[in-house]
Amino acid sequence: MSLTWTKSLKVFLGAVLSFGFSSSTWADYTLNMTQGVSSVSARIYDLHMIIFWICTIIAILVYSVMIYSIIRHRKSRGYKAAEFHESTTVEIIWTIIPFFILIAMAIPATSTLFDMEDVSDSDLTIKVTGYRWYWHYDYLDEDISFFSRLTTPDDQVYNLVPKGEHYLLEVDNHLVVPVGKKIRFLIGSKDVIHSWWVPAFGVKKDAIPGFIRQIWTQIDVDKPGIYRGQCAELCGAKHGYMPIVVEAKPYDEYVKWLEEQKQKQAAASADEDKEWSYDELMVKGEKEYNMVCAMCHQASGKGLPPTFPSLVDSPIVRTKDQRIHHIRNVLYGKNAMPAFGEQLSDVQIAAIITYERNAWGHETKEMVQPQEVKEQRQKG
Amino acid sequence: MSASTASHLHTKDDHDHHHGPRKGLMRWVLTTNHKDIGTLYLWLSFASFLIGGVLALLIRMELFKPGMQLVNPEFFNQLTTLHGLIMVFGAIMPAFVGLANWLLPIMLGAPDMALPRLNNWSFWILPFAFSMLLSTLFMEGSAPNFGWTFYAPLSTEYGPPSTDFFIFAIHMMGISSIMGAINVIATILNMRAPGMTLMKMPIFCWTWLITAFLLIAVMPVLAGAVTMMLTDRHFGTSFFSAGGGGDPIMFQHIFWFFGHPEVYIMILPAFGIISQILPTFSRKPLFGYASMVYATCAIALLSFTVWAHHMFTVGMPLAGELFFMYATMLIAVPTGVKVFNWAATMYRGSLSFETPMLFALAFIFLFTLGGFSGMMLSITPADFQYHDTYFVVAHFHYVLVPGALFSIFAAVYYWLPKWTGHYYSEILGKTHFWLSVISMNVTFFPMHFLGLAGMPRRIPDYALQFANFNQIASIGAFVFGASQVFFLYIVIKTIRNGKKATDQVWENAHGLEWTLPSPAPYHTFTTPPVVK
Ligand code: HEM
Ligand SMILES: [Cu+2]
Repeated sequence: MSLTWTKSLKVFLGAVLSFGFSSSTWADYTLNMTQGVSSVSARIYDLHMIIFWICTIIAILVYSVMIYSIIRHRKSRGYKAAEFHESTTVEIIWTIIPFFILIAMAIPATSTLFDMEDVSDSDLTIKVTGYRWYWHYDYLDEDISFFSRLTTPDDQVYNLVPKGEHYLLEVDNHLVVPVGKKIRFLIGSKDVIHSWWVPAFGVKKDAIPGFIRQIWTQIDVDKPGIYRGQCAELCGAKHGYMPIVVEAKPYDEYVKWLEEQKQKQAAASADEDKEWSYDELMVKGEKEYNMVCAMCHQASGKGLPPTFPSLVDSPIVRTKDQRIHHIRNVLYGKNAMPAFGEQLSDVQIAAIITYERNAWGHETKEMVQPQEVKEQRQKG
Repeated sequence: MSASTASHLHTKDDHDHHHGPRKGLMRWVLTTNHKDIGTLYLWLSFASFLIGGVLALLIRMELFKPGMQLVNPEFFNQLTTLHGLIMVFGAIMPAFVGLANWLLPIMLGAPDMALPRLNNWSFWILPFAFSMLLSTLFMEGSAPNFGWTFYAPLSTEYGPPSTDFFIFAIHMMGISSIMGAINVIATILNMRAPGMTLMKMPIFCWTWLITAFLLIAVMPVLAGAVTMMLTDRHFGTSFFSAGGGGDPIMFQHIFWFFGHPEVYIMILPAFGIISQILPTFSRKPLFGYASMVYATCAIALLSFTVWAHHMFTVGMPLAGELFFMYATMLIAVPTGVKVFNWAATMYRGSLSFETPMLFALAFIFLFTLGGFSGMMLSITPADFQYHDTYFVVAHFHYVLVPGALFSIFAAVYYWLPKWTGHYYSEILGKTHFWLSVISMNVTFFPMHFLGLAGMPRRIPDYALQFANFNQIASIGAFVFGASQVFFLYIVIKTIRNGKKATDQVWENAHGLEWTLPSPAPYHTFTTPPVVK
């Protein structure tokens, strides 16, 4: 990772030289925009290249006049200055010609824009909701929904272990979609403005609290694969840690995946009623805690005071008479802490609370069962 | 008419000050002299530039390689926010106001600015506003951490307590800018030397006149935006919260209705400076003076119609997106006229390459490059891919650093002999130039690639494929930063000593300021010169 000075310089020079000359090296350093895997992203790429070349040609013309003057019309070579300082004709010409160039650019841009905004006749609809700091996906026609969170461990972020291949671009639950179908996305947010961006689809739309926006994509039939993106609107401390991972599958595999998800969700609801063992709760609790709570309170439980208080030795977390308080805190939130009732199941909350009450040397040996969380939920 | 105003003011002024500046510190605190105030503005601006630069270097240090090493993500956001705010409001704007103070009266043949007492106020508000802004770094909670664009609801519902100080600081800067703008307009319209019609006025005065109108038009809009924020935060309104019937996107419309003209406020005076310097070192009059003036007006007017191109991704109606795309593309026409005029000014001139000229040339080449990426950004569908990535960071640094900043360097080198009576060292100046130009490109050029490859802006940490270019950018940034400390050395050295400057200073310099002795005396044009 840590390059040396000279290697950096080589990469830089190589990049500058190859820009515009050979297209094969472009891929190595990703110097250019992706062509993507949808018709829209391809059209955007074409527009981008058209403007790029128009700008390049104008640049060459203007720069050559100036460079020519710099070389030929210099005082040190004894060149005597001319006296002219206006010419209505040329001034009119160079006002008019750019107009025509602009019109030439505006035409394909306009038609692409019409295409991008046309969300009609979609085959399926997925609602995307931004949270600080992860995404929630809801398959509106299928009754499936889940959260999608960064899985890169803190140890990689803080340089304690080597970084994985998809550092910062990996999540627990991929958004799975079929190729070849027109997918409509409804974009919203629960807190601040986020922006859902997958470059390969040519799709970027802000997620605005209180409002719903629409966009669509249709992935080329022959391009199944995994596509990655990130939140593109500053949304607070973990804005850089809000990746998007989309897995595009052929339609039949997508249908199979839907079935599996439905079975899983059924199994999960059965879990709500069962009596869990201490070990089961602790294992699950640790996993969920690190995924959800550690974002603010840290894996060590020490938090980031004063905004995110430490849980270690906190009375709410370790004394028996505060147990209900503890559950309700997680369900309904408090001050800067969001309410997790909607996001987490009774099992998850029970496991997390059990874990918190026994981790970091607390050892209360107390267990919280999903049933108990459910009671608090019903009380409201 | 202007003659009588001028001499009247002169007698009053003379009465206050006798013949020279006051002694000691109070000279600077109480001064109403345009040259003193210009100097104060320039030093304040340079101090802010160094502070903003240190913040930028902290950002670049953190981004030197993937992973978090130096700061935490929370502090990173404070760094980008304060860097942006300080560079815009603390470095670039006050530098231009400083140049206006120094130069407008002596270019117009006036004894001072029209409203000297107001001028003193406009300046002295600023150090307090900036101290307050910087003090948020030491406040409990955190400093502002929502970007210099402070979008709601991140800034309203989630902003730290120090946000209130930020709002107050913005109000103070706004008041200062408006007072400064009123002063500029009053000076230009009332205090020109007899015979100097508007169309004979130096082009720098023209660009500042237009800038001053922009300031008066948009600073109240910004003030409105932060006031609404304040009432949303504390007085139960919900302008920007959907929960109470408001709309966070309205914030963005209001912000950018201020913000887009604001970016022209940071570039129009630069156009003026370059149009003064280029003819001098080309030994040939500016090509198309009149069309330069019209183009500047056109840019200023158009700047009020394009604000929403900063927010294509919020999901406007199609008609809105088309309108803002076309309007934005149109700005390329008057901007093109300016660039062509500059090229034509150089063409068949007799060019020499002193430091101000070098900076002016770098301005034209690199600002044009920033203009091209601006063209690309104006194409709405493509903007969906560029928006909020490093491509945008590259774009605006290409217009702000070689644009605004280099024009200021060019101006300082160009007029420094007039201000101090000494020539700077040409070798040192050129060294500063080459270091700055090369390192600036090494810093910002790779950011285009980063953006196209998909790196979002305002992130403290990034995926592995972005590592190489970030490392290069960071190295460039450090060289750039060091070069600016070198610039400080050059300026101080010139103030202390250096070759004695002639009155004319530059072989082909035209304009009233060159008829004054170097250094320019404390009071000038006590009897107005007559312009043919
Ligand atoms: C030493 C030279 C400079 C360096 C290395 C530098 C670097 C940076 C970096 C790394 C960012 C953060 C980009 C992001 O994550 O979004 C940034 C943002 C910014 N810079 Fe600079 N910068 C420099 C000079 C300037 C100057 C002279 C200006 C003049 C106005 C300026 C204005 C801004 C603005 C407005 C932002 C946006 C802040 C925000 O996102 O809220 N910078 N700069
Ligand atoms: Cu986000």
